[in-house]
Amino acid sequence: MSTTGTTSVPVIELRDVCTRLGGHWIHRNLDLKVERGDLLALVGGSGAGKTTLLRQMIGLSRPTLGEVLLFGERHQAGHRAERFARLRRMGVLFQHGALFSAFSVFDNIAFPLREFGGLHEDEIRPLVLSKMALVELEPRHAGLMPAELSGGMVKRAALARSLALEPELLLLDEPTAGLDPERSAGFVRLIRQLHGELGLTVVFVTHDLDTLSALANRVAVLAEHRILAAGTLDEIHAVEHPFIQKFFRYHATVDEAPPEPDSD
Amino acid sequence: MQARPQPHLEHEGAHCRLSGDWTLAALRPRLVWLRARLLVVRAVPVWDLSQISRIDSFGALLLWRAWGMREPETLVMPPGLHSAFDRIKPLAGLRPPSPHRDPWLPVLRVGRTVLDLFDQLRDFTHMLGMVVSEVVRLLIEPRSIPFKEFSAALYKAGVQAMPISALVGFLIGIVLSYLSALQLRNFGADALIINILGIGIIRELGPVLVSILVAGRSGSAITAQLGVMRVTEELDALSAIGVSPYQRLIWPKVLAMAIAMPLLVLWTSAAALGGGMLAADLQLEIDWRFFLMSLPHVVPVQNLYIGLSKGAVFGVAIALIACHFGLRIRPNTESLSRNTTASVVTAITAVILIDAVFAMLTRGIGVPLR
Repeated sequence: MSTTGTTSVPVIELRDVCTRLGGHWIHRNLDLKVERGDLLALVGGSGAGKTTLLRQMIGLSRPTLGEVLLFGERHQAGHRAERFARLRRMGVLFQHGALFSAFSVFDNIAFPLREFGGLHEDEIRPLVLSKMALVELEPRHAGLMPAELSGGMVKRAALARSLALEPELLLLDEPTAGLDPERSAGFVRLIRQLHGELGLTVVFVTHDLDTLSALANRVAVLAEHRILAAGTLDEIHAVEHPFIQKFFRYHATVDEAPPEPDSD
Repeated sequence: MQARPQPHLEHEGAHCRLSGDWTLAALRPRLVWLRARLLVVRAVPVWDLSQISRIDSFGALLLWRAWGMREPETLVMPPGLHSAFDRIKPLAGLRPPSPHRDPWLPVLRVGRTVLDLFDQLRDFTHMLGMVVSEVVRLLIEPRSIPFKEFSAALYKAGVQAMPISALVGFLIGIVLSYLSALQLRNFGADALIINILGIGIIRELGPVLVSILVAGRSGSAITAQLGVMRVTEELDALSAIGVSPYQRLIWPKVLAMAIAMPLLVLWTSAAALGGGMLAADLQLEIDWRFFLMSLPHVVPVQNLYIGLSKGAVFGVAIALIACHFGLRIRPNTESLSRNTTASVVTAITAVILIDAVFAMLTRGIGVPLR
């Protein structure tokens, strides 16, 4: 147990992470810190191991060497109850939503609350509806099954489920993949708004430079098996490295005017 | 979690002072106690929330409900807490829609079942028509016969089922022979064991046994495969490329089953007769050579033809039913499991029904009457 208080402990800390998959080193001596309040974008080429890194942060897989600290503690630290309590401070949005297809939208969002225990059914109802309102789903959508939802609605319902337990940390895997530009901008606006309202720390993986520039307040570039650079978008642009120059070249316009998505 | 302040409730006369974290995670360990406290102090007029360090929608909801869905007379609330209350205020009082009872529900249910039956029948007929028209098309245009898929299906449904069907057949043969032998010995009719086993296994038990095994093994596999291909849009991709799923997926499976099943029936019946022969040898001391010699004399060869043709018909039925339910799968896990179960159950039921029809139609054939 840390005694320094939660404010100074990074939300996520990767120390010397090395990952070997299928006979290749994906990460080598990778270090990364995510501080409270960050909106960190994890970018990199295809196959650079972004999703693998995200899975390690969630605790779904373990690095070959090195350690992953979540709220200052290792995933394996503590008893079963402590490990689950730690996981419940984190919400995850999977790339394809991963809604339980046997449950309606309402039951999907209610699921973490019911599993948490101790809540009455007439408390769960307003909580679920408030989460649905938060992601701009209407109450009449509550009874729909995941198979009846459009791609954007699946993402929003899944986001509502990941927010059900009011997590401090939100991990998003390709949050805007498969959404049209308008919906994608709306989704980015939504996450920014939640970040402001709920004081979330957000880590997201993306390929989309529009999402990146509109959402991130910090960027970590994953290339050559490590975090090549981490900092604000401007700092990253200033880095003289062929990969970074190439990656951001197509998007020179964001340098001058970081878009403000809330403008009318 | 470690350093966060605990939620706390202080009550003093007409004052109620709250402090600490009023969040779901922090409230959970003391929830029962806090609920009870809130119930006691809910009528207190003055509430001071200024010491609350954090609040989430659940904390706000808990207080709002304790206050009876309205603000207490005097409320001290720092501006930072307002948003949590604002989020849940309009929703907290919502009653779930009362479960609406329709007096016609039983009638509706029967109606839906009947309509679903018609729906199934229509789909099945459509598939049957497509398969038959594919056969005609492939006869005209033999170049597009999917030999590879056919041989793969034959291998999967036929060759790979050989060990398990032989094992089951052999054991059933032993059991049947052993039990019959105990009875026959009482009457001194030992030699009749050959008649009983011969006709029973070749005409009836072999085909039905294999069908049940294959329905469980290959029927479920076909349904699940088609279902997953539907979920992953592979069926749509196939159609988009201009290849009919009926030609590439269903037709080879139906034909493969029609050919594999009689062979499996032959193989399983042989294994069952082998088992029966072994048990007869040990129990009744009927020599296996004598058993084999007299088998053709006591069992008319028509029984073998009936058994084999039953196998082919059962095979086609199982394959068609499995494909039918596979194509009905909708892209969700529930539908996948429901249709796979329905596929196996329907296939086995259909096999037994067709068997009964066979028994009626062939009642004068191959049974030596004395």
